[in-house]
Amino acid sequence: MTVQEKSWKEIPPAGICWKPSTEYLTGDWKTYKPIMDSEKCTRCTLCVIFCPDGAIHWNPGKEDIEFDYDFCKGCGICANECPTKAIEMKLE
Amino acid sequence: MESVAKQKLLALNGDEAVAYAAKQSDVDVAAAYPVTPQTIIVERFSEYVANGEVDTEFVCVESEHSAMTACITASATGARTFTATAAPGLALMHEMLYVASGCRAPVVMTVVNRALSAPINIHCDHSDSMSERDSGWIQIYAENSQEAYDSMIQAFRIAENPEILLPVMVCLDGFTLSHALENVHVLSDDIAKKFVGTRQFPRVTAHEGKDASFRLDPENPISIGPIAFPNYYFEIKRQQEEAMKNAPKIIQQVHEEYAQISGRHYGNGLLDAYCLEDAEIAIICLGSTAGTVKTVVNELRAEGVKAGLLRIRSFRPLPVEGIVKALEKVRAVAVMDRSLSFGGHGGPVFHEVHHALYDTPVHPYIVNYIYGLGGRDTSPSHIRKIYEDLQGILQTQRVEDPVRYVRLRG
Amino acid sequence: MFSEWKFTAKDIAEKADLFMSGHRACAGCAAATVMRLVLKAVRGPIIATSATGCMEVVSSIYPYTSWATPWIHTAFENVAANASGIEAALKILKKKGRIKQQRIDVIAFAGDGGTYDIGIQALSGAVERGHDFLYVLYDNEAYMNTGIQRSGGTPHGASTTTSPAGTVIPGKVQYKKPIADIMVAHDMPYVATASPHYWRDLITKARKGIEVDGPAFLHTFAPCPRGWRSDPSKSIEISRIAVETCIFPLWEAINGEYQLSAPSKVIALRPERKKPVREYLKMQGRFRHLFTPKFEKIIDEIQQLTDKRWQRLLKKCGIV
Ligand SMILES: Cc1ncc(C[n+]2csc(CCOP(=O)(O)OP(=O)(O)O)c2C)c(N)n1
Ligand code: SF4
Ligand SMILES: [Mg+2]
Repeated sequence: MTVQEKSWKEIPPAGICWKPSTEYLTGDWKTYKPIMDSEKCTRCTLCVIFCPDGAIHWNPGKEDIEFDYDFCKGCGICANECPTKAIEMKLE
Repeated sequence: MESVAKQKLLALNGDEAVAYAAKQSDVDVAAAYPVTPQTIIVERFSEYVANGEVDTEFVCVESEHSAMTACITASATGARTFTATAAPGLALMHEMLYVASGCRAPVVMTVVNRALSAPINIHCDHSDSMSERDSGWIQIYAENSQEAYDSMIQAFRIAENPEILLPVMVCLDGFTLSHALENVHVLSDDIAKKFVGTRQFPRVTAHEGKDASFRLDPENPISIGPIAFPNYYFEIKRQQEEAMKNAPKIIQQVHEEYAQISGRHYGNGLLDAYCLEDAEIAIICLGSTAGTVKTVVNELRAEGVKAGLLRIRSFRPLPVEGIVKALEKVRAVAVMDRSLSFGGHGGPVFHEVHHALYDTPVHPYIVNYIYGLGGRDTSPSHIRKIYEDLQGILQTQRVEDPVRYVRLRG
Repeated sequence: MFSEWKFTAKDIAEKADLFMSGHRACAGCAAATVMRLVLKAVRGPIIATSATGCMEVVSSIYPYTSWATPWIHTAFENVAANASGIEAALKILKKKGRIKQQRIDVIAFAGDGGTYDIGIQALSGAVERGHDFLYVLYDNEAYMNTGIQRSGGTPHGASTTTSPAGTVIPGKVQYKKPIADIMVAHDMPYVATASPHYWRDLITKARKGIEVDGPAFLHTFAPCPRGWRSDPSKSIEISRIAVETCIFPLWEAINGEYQLSAPSKVIALRPERKKPVREYLKMQGRFRHLFTPKFEKIIDEIQQLTDKRWQRLLKKCGIV
């Protein structure tokens, strides 16, 4: 994919950033993917709290954990920290 | 002039004149660190703060590096900011000067020119500010304390102009100006404040896609000072150069507008020519030396010698076209440099003037005089000698040694 | 002095990240977790500022930014001066009626290099002047951004690229500077240490640091799998074992009064729970060379130093 880069006349001054990093997907860094066993999960949300990438969300409506694989780098912290061992890292 | 406002006449030295101007400019944040010969500025300003004469947050920082840093971030937060320094402090700020211009922080700084160590020397030369000529700052050199005062008030308007948004350095010669009493006309507080106005912020569209004002505001978050790779760094620098290109026009406008209320002109704000229209020989210099040169020009003119002077007030941006035009009819020019560019064939002012003329038909004989390093005094007799040298060059039609030293023991 | 802010894990999980996804920290970077958690502690609008270093670089690769709050970076050695300028500006602009918000808090982030070493002058100056801001040190114990060089915060025996474990020298010869104690010596209102495994403790302390009038210093422990040569999935676990071994005890000093925080207090009260440093060291490749006959005595040295510092801390906390 080639990105059309902007000219100096088009970008804001002072090197102000003009894209949120949420448009930069880091999900393709991973080799292993966390897979959650809904049965074992107690919804403690520790994985949401510890994830360095903010790639696990707590959905209050559904009262459930959601993985955002667009950003998950596959570090495995969630699986390591899960008190009930509900998360397993699987080769992508 | 009718519109010229009533002004008080105060006996002030250069530093006091600068502090007075800062006091009148509605500065929000000042952050500074004392260093000779700038100390009086910080001390006077501290007194203004202590006596409630200014509505300024004065941050008495632990170093010049932090002074410049605090000015940059305060400026980014939306404050009008001011600092002052001299050689060692300016050198310590070096890294942050580029950050200030790169972040487009319209900081105003007085540089009281002083020699750089080693050996340590507290007296005047221009090696400190000349070392920062490529830092992306506008540089204005004042001839006397009156001009230092006037330039300070103009500087905020120039720096904060949305077409520019660049930091401005107002330079004045250490001791010669900073510590010498002079009668200085000062505007009333009201008129000065009105002239400076309140800071306006350009609009920018940042990462949230909203039209935001260019300042750190939680309502419209912007990120300033990222890491840019080769794909964008160059573009951001090019924008800075564009701002510099816009500067001459604005510097002249502000200077003209200021002249309306003060009655004081310094040439066109960029260059200040004296007896130059019909001059055959001319000196080019910066700062207080111009005063001495004028005395000599007057004497020479009385003797029938067609001598003139071109003082560069705005060294950054350098008014290249103006310099060429001013020298059109001059046959021999002496460029005076109060600093050395070691190994560079003459001083920086010489380099730049020489370079400005290269692609033009204007080719007077041109010679460089390095003078006054570490505060060595240059008196009218030395200036007269330079004009005599120029006359000699016109006679022999040759420049033997293009880089010369004034008052240096051989 | 402090508000009675109570929160559940779900409150934290639900709160939007001010340090957004899409940053480019390595997988398993605990410093990124620290950033997220500290920013979950805010009580209202803030302006953030960072020193040059991993967390700055990974969050601001132009044209992208991971900052959902106003943010500025200027250089490496001056983040406390950044905060000084911001705070001074907010104070005066508020006084002059030029900003709308009632209150904007200022948070500065820096690594160990930007704090122990090159940034200590600006930090000390800003704290002495009494600016109202929270300074967060994320301590990954080396200059990671430039390729794992040693800093004043690198522990004894660790191998880095400028203190490599050689055949003669066993990694870093010097000891870790007690930076938080140095900050307490500034007589500042709030100093605390925190470890991301104890996330509730960390967030509570960040909040206290934000709430306190005047400067606050939060020393957070931030395992770096890249520089520590550790398993990325173990970063949070390492941050727990560091506390359990008393390598990195948790405490706070409110107006200079030291007190142990719960996770460390448990160990003070039940010393048998204190784990040997070996357990901590063995998880990290940067200490691998210590597990050889030649350098094994360094492990004893580290144990002795840890014990000495722990005893000293207990004394400061009035526990003898
Ligand atoms: C004045 C200066 N010296 C050196 C550097 C190079 N440099 C950039 S980041 C860094 C190390 C940062 O280390 P630390 O503060 O521990 O943060 P980390 O990268 O580990 O998160 C260094 C040495 C610099 N940017 N500026
Ligand atoms: S090098 Fe270490 S601190 Fe830096 S981003 Fe990677 S894991 Fe985090
Ligand atoms: Mg580090």
